[in-house]
Amino acid sequence: MNGRAGLSIQRWTPLSAASVAVLAVLGVALAFGPLFLGANAVDRLTTLFIYIILAAMWNALAGYGGLVSVGQQAFFGIGAYAAIRLSSFGVPVYLALLLGAVFAGLVALALSSFALRLRGGEFAIGMWVIAELFHLLVNLDRLIQGETGTSLIALNSFAPEARRDYNYWLALASMAALLVLMFSLLRGRLGSSVQAIRDSEDAAASLGVRVLAAKRILFVVAGAGCGLAGTLYLATSISFQPATYFGVQWTAYMIFMALVGGLGTFEGPIIGAVVFFVMESVFGASGVWYLVGLGATAVVFALYLPRGLWGTVEERFGVRLLPVGYRVRQGESAADSPR
Amino acid sequence: MIWVNQIIQGVMLGGYYALIACGLSFMFGVMRIINLAHGDLAILAGYLVWAVVDRSGMSPFLALGIVLPLMGALGWLMQRFMLERSLRSGMLVPLLTTFGLAIVIQNLLFLQFGADTRSLAPAIGDLAFDSWSVGGNIYIGHLAGLTLLVAVLMLGGLQLLLGRTPLGRSIRAVAEDPDTAELIGINARSVYAAAAAIAVMTVAVGGAFLGMRATFGPYAGPAQLIFAFEAVVIGGLGSMWGTLAGGIVLGVAQNVGAQIAPNGFLIAGHAVFLAVLAVRLASGDLRRRLRALLGKPA
Repeated sequence: MNGRAGLSIQRWTPLSAASVAVLAVLGVALAFGPLFLGANAVDRLTTLFIYIILAAMWNALAGYGGLVSVGQQAFFGIGAYAAIRLSSFGVPVYLALLLGAVFAGLVALALSSFALRLRGGEFAIGMWVIAELFHLLVNLDRLIQGETGTSLIALNSFAPEARRDYNYWLALASMAALLVLMFSLLRGRLGSSVQAIRDSEDAAASLGVRVLAAKRILFVVAGAGCGLAGTLYLATSISFQPATYFGVQWTAYMIFMALVGGLGTFEGPIIGAVVFFVMESVFGASGVWYLVGLGATAVVFALYLPRGLWGTVEERFGVRLLPVGYRVRQGESAADSPR
Repeated sequence: MIWVNQIIQGVMLGGYYALIACGLSFMFGVMRIINLAHGDLAILAGYLVWAVVDRSGMSPFLALGIVLPLMGALGWLMQRFMLERSLRSGMLVPLLTTFGLAIVIQNLLFLQFGADTRSLAPAIGDLAFDSWSVGGNIYIGHLAGLTLLVAVLMLGGLQLLLGRTPLGRSIRAVAEDPDTAELIGINARSVYAAAAAIAVMTVAVGGAFLGMRATFGPYAGPAQLIFAFEAVVIGGLGSMWGTLAGGIVLGVAQNVGAQIAPNGFLIAGHAVFLAVLAVRLASGDLRRRLRALLGKPA
């Protein structure tokens, strides 16, 4: 649309169109991964895809919606639990994994009317309490055997090699689908709405933004996404111990990845997940010191680099590889719209 | 009779929750700062007291006297270097920094003290198990009574500080609007640093009492944070006496839950917390609707 004084709104740049093309090619290349990658690489990449899903979901909530949740492990655990339950009823196991994620989304929908009306810190820790409560309730199910946990035995009907490849493809496809969904949601009307809400809820409401409806979409998609990450993790590890799946460390990882990569940028959490994945591969063996390092890194980023790695790059060079915002151009000088 | 006993013990347990929630009530309820490392600071204080007692053999109460200024200094530093930015930039930065700090504290404690659980109970002699009989086979532990007493004194002290002293008025002014507070000559930074020091000292008292009444390990902090948070929110933000009531409601709910089912202790506590929040939201709605119906401005 060409407005007054030669202003124009730009949504794509040649660079961003190229980067989407590169990502699409990369995605297709990754789809052939199991054909040329070793077993260990396939396993590790599956884990990376799960991390990217988690980081993107938390970023969508906090970075775009302003919804800082310390309880996203609720959906991670609920998704995995639902998959185990459905599989025990005789649902084919890979279908059960997908339905587990749908169930997590439904739980998010049911919770949304209550949870989304809590403010700030109340929402953050309220979600944590909800996750703790789900953990305790799941323990009541005899199938789970309390903290002992159980396994998704139905997966044993697949040979380990075939299972590894299926898990890889499922994780890759899930990640791609969720990223495309988030990208189109955030580029569309919802993106403008939730960012207006994040910056000032009252002002957004006065402009006619339907605050609760907009937040609800993000909350439900993020719930289903975290649920899917949970079922994918279950597919790779097979065993289900409630304390592992409902542990707050999942949210700690999500916060770390989104924060280090760049909160409120689309590319940031993907980069953050890769950084986290590399740190875990390199330093994970040093155990407790590694965790101290993670916590300290999060503190340093929050204080001194709050825009994260990608946010800082964006700010300095004005690049957008995956633009969800608007860019107003006038002649040669381009100014970014506030994000 | 068993129910009466459970309720009485629940009230006493609530005294502990109120004590551990003091600092959180002050920081979250009044200063509007969310501190996710709250529980871990309490555990840190517990370990520090334990370490002093272990080296010197002195009473934990004396050791707490040594640890208190240290924890106060830590609170001051935390406010100055981590939380201060939150004064104007919203809750995201303190939430992220304190979450990172919590992970650092937990794992450093693990590195220093290992996975073994510790307790201060052996160091307080008879106080750990003596009790008063109140008839009908119901006993109230001396330590539980002391915990409740200390909670009442500390919450009362904080309420007095907020309501009756120049520092308290300044704290409330900065919480309301730091810029305007500075216009009238309040040094927002030092007021908040002092307030954080006081808050973290109360957290240290909570940690010491946790060590006397139970055992604790390096990763026990998050559970304490959740209990403290539940007590503060049930009681209502910003009210110190509310936190006392909130702690007691939580303790009674947990004990009654435990009496109903073996794993009902935690479930009942969380459920009551969420129910209180839901009722509060619903009654807010109802009030708005009534006002709209009567044509009064909100």
